Amino acid sequence: MSALLAFWSSHNAELWTLLGQHVALVLVSTAVAVAIGVPIGIVAARRPRIGAPLAAAASVIQTVPSLALFGFLLPLPLVGGVGARTALAALILYALLPVIRTTSAGLRSIDAAILEAADAMGMTPRQRLAQVELPLAMPSIIAGIRVSAVIGVGTVTIAAAIGAGGLGEYIYRGLSMVDATVILAGAVPVAALAMLVDGGLLLVERAFARRGRGRRVVRVAAAALVLACATGALVAAWPRPERIIVGSKNFTEQVILGELMAQAIERYAGLPVDRRLNLGGTFICDRAIQTGDIDLYVEYSGTALTAVFKQPVQRDPRIVLDQVRQMYADTGRSMLAPLGFSNTFAILVRASDARARGLSRLSELAAHAPRWRAAFGYEFLERPDGYSGLAATYGLRFLEPPRVMDLTLIYRALAEGQVDVVAGDATAGLIEALQLTMLEDDRQYFPPYDAVPVVHAATLLRHPDIGRAIARLSGRVSAAEMRRMNYAVDALRQDPAAVVDAFLDELDRGVEP
Amino acid sequence: MIEFEHVHFRRGLREVLHDVTFTVHRGETVVFVGRSGAGKSTVLKLINRMIEPAEGSVRVDGRDTRVWDSTALRRRTGYVIQEVGLFPHMTVARNVGLVPVLSDWPAERVHSRTVELLDLVGLPAAEFAQRWPDELSGGQRQRVGVARALAADPPVVLMDEPFGSLDPITRAELHREFRRIQDRVRKTVVLVTHDMREAFALADRVGVLEAGILVAYDEPSVLRQSAHPAVVPLLESCQ
Repeated sequence: MSALLAFWSSHNAELWTLLGQHVALVLVSTAVAVAIGVPIGIVAARRPRIGAPLAAAASVIQTVPSLALFGFLLPLPLVGGVGARTALAALILYALLPVIRTTSAGLRSIDAAILEAADAMGMTPRQRLAQVELPLAMPSIIAGIRVSAVIGVGTVTIAAAIGAGGLGEYIYRGLSMVDATVILAGAVPVAALAMLVDGGLLLVERAFARRGRGRRVVRVAAAALVLACATGALVAAWPRPERIIVGSKNFTEQVILGELMAQAIERYAGLPVDRRLNLGGTFICDRAIQTGDIDLYVEYSGTALTAVFKQPVQRDPRIVLDQVRQMYADTGRSMLAPLGFSNTFAILVRASDARARGLSRLSELAAHAPRWRAAFGYEFLERPDGYSGLAATYGLRFLEPPRVMDLTLIYRALAEGQVDVVAGDATAGLIEALQLTMLEDDRQYFPPYDAVPVVHAATLLRHPDIGRAIARLSGRVSAAEMRRMNYAVDALRQDPAAVVDAFLDELDRGVEP
Repeated sequence: MIEFEHVHFRRGLREVLHDVTFTVHRGETVVFVGRSGAGKSTVLKLINRMIEPAEGSVRVDGRDTRVWDSTALRRRTGYVIQEVGLFPHMTVARNVGLVPVLSDWPAERVHSRTVELLDLVGLPAAEFAQRWPDELSGGQRQRVGVARALAADPPVVLMDEPFGSLDPITRAELHREFRRIQDRVRKTVVLVTHDMREAFALADRVGVLEAGILVAYDEPSVLRQSAHPAVVPLLESCQ
């Protein structure tokens, strides 16, 4: 609890920004859904033949899981892409059904005598709708808006995966750091917001149900909503000086690298930067840079080769870099010089064992393997460039068949002596902290995963300073530095921005005479 | 003046009204009596063009209803129904003033007219104007319904079983009120009911509808002597 409060107070400004984004997304999407859904609901009540298929379509959309819906929308023109737009489109689609349903149900439940009286008084259809039907259906419509808004509060959380912002950022950050405090830092305000929205709209709904005395309430509420939307739209549409948008995937090292790119551009090129960190995975980042939704992010050469360009595995780091650089250049993106470290698989042993036995290379492991036990992550056991190839390349045979173990536990299991060899991540912060040693892949079995900044080519043409700024980092982020920064964020709970700031300060001191 | 000339009305294959002809003179109160489904409400709806005749013609002030603009026709025709149909989201005053508001009367005139009408139907404006329909008794609601129908001073008022759902004492009281008001405002009133006693209590002339056919149309004193097989049971019912 106190950790949670400490987190909030140290991330005060960010918390409010994310909360603001969250509320804005819910507000705008709900307002648009009302603007579209109420007319459809009216049509559905009047002309079921037209309205029923529309309501059915909305109800089919409702059954699509939100993450999948984001996935469908991403590649679409206009609504798609990374960021708030796609999130809004999805949120609006979700919010439609409750609004349509309750509008048409509310209209259909009006007493026939009242409608007959309205007709007999010579009301035109429009007057009847505006003065009698809609006011009487209002409690029902508000109930629909309430459901939509509450669904929206929850769904926006997931939209953080596609860079829409909002409190989901904390939840994703917490998940990638396996830190319950950070998850709660996002989840608690989301839950509170949902209850607030639910309770608030319930009051409005009740006010309406009380014989239309809610008229004033609704006018105030509607005015507030319109004002908020207008402000939001204005803020969104206000011409801003062009900002460089830096993206990253959704795990700690990527967030640190994103922050590193952002701060380097701010420091050395003096350009304003927007951070879209914690975007889903490789696919989303690649998509975003193709469409120009982000200007740059850091990719890994081996991932680019196999996952982005679908080429076969290639083990020579130089060849991989050349191929990837060429393929990026051919598709409107520029790959800059590698940062220095490679995020490849690392075969680890305890440092004490390595020292005692003079062990530093994988080719020397075969001699000790028969007396040792090994543990690997499930993925490593299954991958084509995983265990089976490794065993064949280095002639490894362990005391017993390798155990399957969760990646988060594997480092500790090694340090505590439960096993003697594990496959980890070359940049895992725990390697140094738990005094483990990484064996050199001297037969180049693992494909290279050199960290390389990838920039939208047009951005680089407009701002050559970016290239120069990032070039200052090339070759300067060693695996040890990266491990240290990962450790500082993951284990010591330091803020990525502060860690990167300190790193750049050090670098500057070293570089400048 | 309202004239029905050989009017037929069908709902699907069923003939709801068959060859109905009658005239209602200005300032007259005509009551149509008949069982449920005899076609009483249909007669009313033909007058304000909620529906149109299949054959024959309905004329209001000498003009065929199909020539009338239906909105204009309905605004000069007051309408009171059994379920009253007060708008639950509006105060008594707004309910009463609605047609004048729809007809773009200035606010001041709407207000004074509302006060005048509430006083007329025995619901002092000071006490009732700001109440909500669900705060009223059945009889009070029915009075508001009458006030609403009279609001824009329509020459014609249609009443569809307006006192049907009330207890006998309230009904008798409202009958007295009705005659008092009618003496003052002298509207052309067409009222339908299934209660012969009510017809005799209110009508200048009574029409008897039997399965869509107008079997009798006369002054109460004449009708009391009728030996028509459809009228006799109705007369017996109020002895």
